[in-house]
Amino acid sequence: MTSALKPRSNVKNHIREPLCDRVFSAIVYVLLAFILILVLYPLYFVVVASFSDPTYVNSGTLLLYPKGFTMLGYERVFSDDRIWTGYGNTIIYTVFGTILGLFATIMAGYSLSRKDLPGRNIVMGLMVFTMYFGGGLIPFYMVVKGLGMVNTRIALVIMGSVSVYNIIIVRSFFTSTLPQELQEAAFIDGCGNSRYFFSVVVPLSQAIIAVIALYLAVGYWNAYFNAMIFITDKDKYPLQIYLREILLTAKTAESTPVSGQDAETAALLEKMVEVVKYGVIVVSTLPIICVYPFLQKYFVKGVMIGAIKG
Amino acid sequence: MNSTSVLPKEAQAGTLQNVKARQRHQTIKLMKRNVALYLFLIPAVAYIAVFHYAPMYGIQLAFKSFSPAEGIWGSPWVGFKWFQMFFESPRFWQLFGNTVILSFYSLVAGFPIPIILALLLNNVGNLKFKKFAQTITYMPHFISVVVLVGMISVFFSPRSGFINTIIQAFGGDPIYFMGEAKYFRHLYVWSGIWQSMGWSSIIYIAALSGVSPELHESAMMDGASKLKRIWHIDLPTIMPTMVILLIMSCGQIMSVGFEKVFLMQNSLNNTVSEVISTYTYKIGLMQAEYSYSTAIGLFNNIINFTILILVNRISRKLSGSSLW
Repeated sequence: MTSALKPRSNVKNHIREPLCDRVFSAIVYVLLAFILILVLYPLYFVVVASFSDPTYVNSGTLLLYPKGFTMLGYERVFSDDRIWTGYGNTIIYTVFGTILGLFATIMAGYSLSRKDLPGRNIVMGLMVFTMYFGGGLIPFYMVVKGLGMVNTRIALVIMGSVSVYNIIIVRSFFTSTLPQELQEAAFIDGCGNSRYFFSVVVPLSQAIIAVIALYLAVGYWNAYFNAMIFITDKDKYPLQIYLREILLTAKTAESTPVSGQDAETAALLEKMVEVVKYGVIVVSTLPIICVYPFLQKYFVKGVMIGAIKG
Repeated sequence: MNSTSVLPKEAQAGTLQNVKARQRHQTIKLMKRNVALYLFLIPAVAYIAVFHYAPMYGIQLAFKSFSPAEGIWGSPWVGFKWFQMFFESPRFWQLFGNTVILSFYSLVAGFPIPIILALLLNNVGNLKFKKFAQTITYMPHFISVVVLVGMISVFFSPRSGFINTIIQAFGGDPIYFMGEAKYFRHLYVWSGIWQSMGWSSIIYIAALSGVSPELHESAMMDGASKLKRIWHIDLPTIMPTMVILLIMSCGQIMSVGFEKVFLMQNSLNNTVSEVISTYTYKIGLMQAEYSYSTAIGLFNNIINFTILILVNRISRKLSGSSLW
């Protein structure tokens, strides 16, 4: 990216940019600024609203800055047991699922990148086929049910751990970065396949491990479909299912009558519903949004590797 | 080839057999030497076998009348009964239409925007600003579907949403966006674009970074403006990427993502928001009509697969780029 730009700016010193190019540049910046506002404002608004007084939030008079700054919304969010249960479960599913998926994906991707592995094209073909054709929802449900995985945590850890797309990315990465000579040299020294993999390949592939780990972690953190169809116990619900309850079905904890609750507090809680929604969005999304800019280069790398051989 | 043709026929066959035997021997030797690699494949292959291939066995349900007592294998065959039922059902055209319109709209509106964004970013001279813009535009990609739909519903809420605040500031009346069927598609498509345009542009930015700077330099010497250089240098470079991505999206034309549609659905917008995948879910898991649901799912899958193959073939003929 840099190399494409530098020579151009060098040339600029010799030849004056024509007028139409300067107009063009101006348009580029204006359009980008417009897009940035469009993307950023909704995110900014969520944060603003989550810190604001419920009265202003409910009447929709907020636009640019918090009004009646308060942490009340967050107090409600953190006193809601569902958030804690969901958070805990999601962390469990994300950590174990990511580890599992990482092992399966990197090992399979490496094996399939080896040209001297008979049958690798057949395996690859069978995998790619599943990207375009499948049994459908009910047959899938029946398989999971047949395995006795309905309403188990293990189901949510396993499902989503292996994706053919990730395997293709890993395979392309190894095909393009590991020189054949390295392997030959190691094998001449009497190194076997598994030792070569664990002590030579893995240390050389931190970039791809980071990419896949991030893809998997984001996938697990945001997943809700499998939990929705397979999990019935509330204490096994991941965060996203509770978020759906709070954000979309308007079935809030405060609507269940608590003993000793008078009409006044009930009305106050009713007023809090919208603010709580904003708070919940911030609390659930913040971890990823904060971590991601530091890892951005890896994400981008993953897409680029995937693009070489999509 | 030429040297073997000189030999008599039997000898020729003999050498051929020899070659084959030697090849087989070689293969077996390789397989033995690489046993560890096959072991590496086991977890992923097992996953694919269980969660992708095992369900394909259940496809036969689409041609059977499933009864839980008899299981998948024991249930009686009914031929194309379920398909016929679906085609003749009064909801068929509505579901079909909703699915195609929604994904076609997404494709037409969503396909060019990442390309434009990538070209814009590629023309930013200030590297810091470019990086900043990339970070911001990628961000929504990480928001979960649940949160995204939650955001839509609070932003567009008639009472407290800021969209309606703005509408009212300009003298309009508040609109209940989530409650009116005619807004559903626009909300669905444009929120999708908001979420994914940055992320989808990465692939084009990567392709654009492969453009050789000499091309731009020599074009500039010849007096080509930026716009001309984009048109004649940048666009042709990313064309193969565009074609591949277009083929892939065409193959998905019948598979509107279940999750977001399902979350955005309510009784008020059901006439436009019910698509085949959500219908499969409702018939199958909520009404427990296993066979009927499987048949609808299979119909959808086959159409997708056929379109993918067709588009791929057409593109290979026309442009030389194809998926396989």
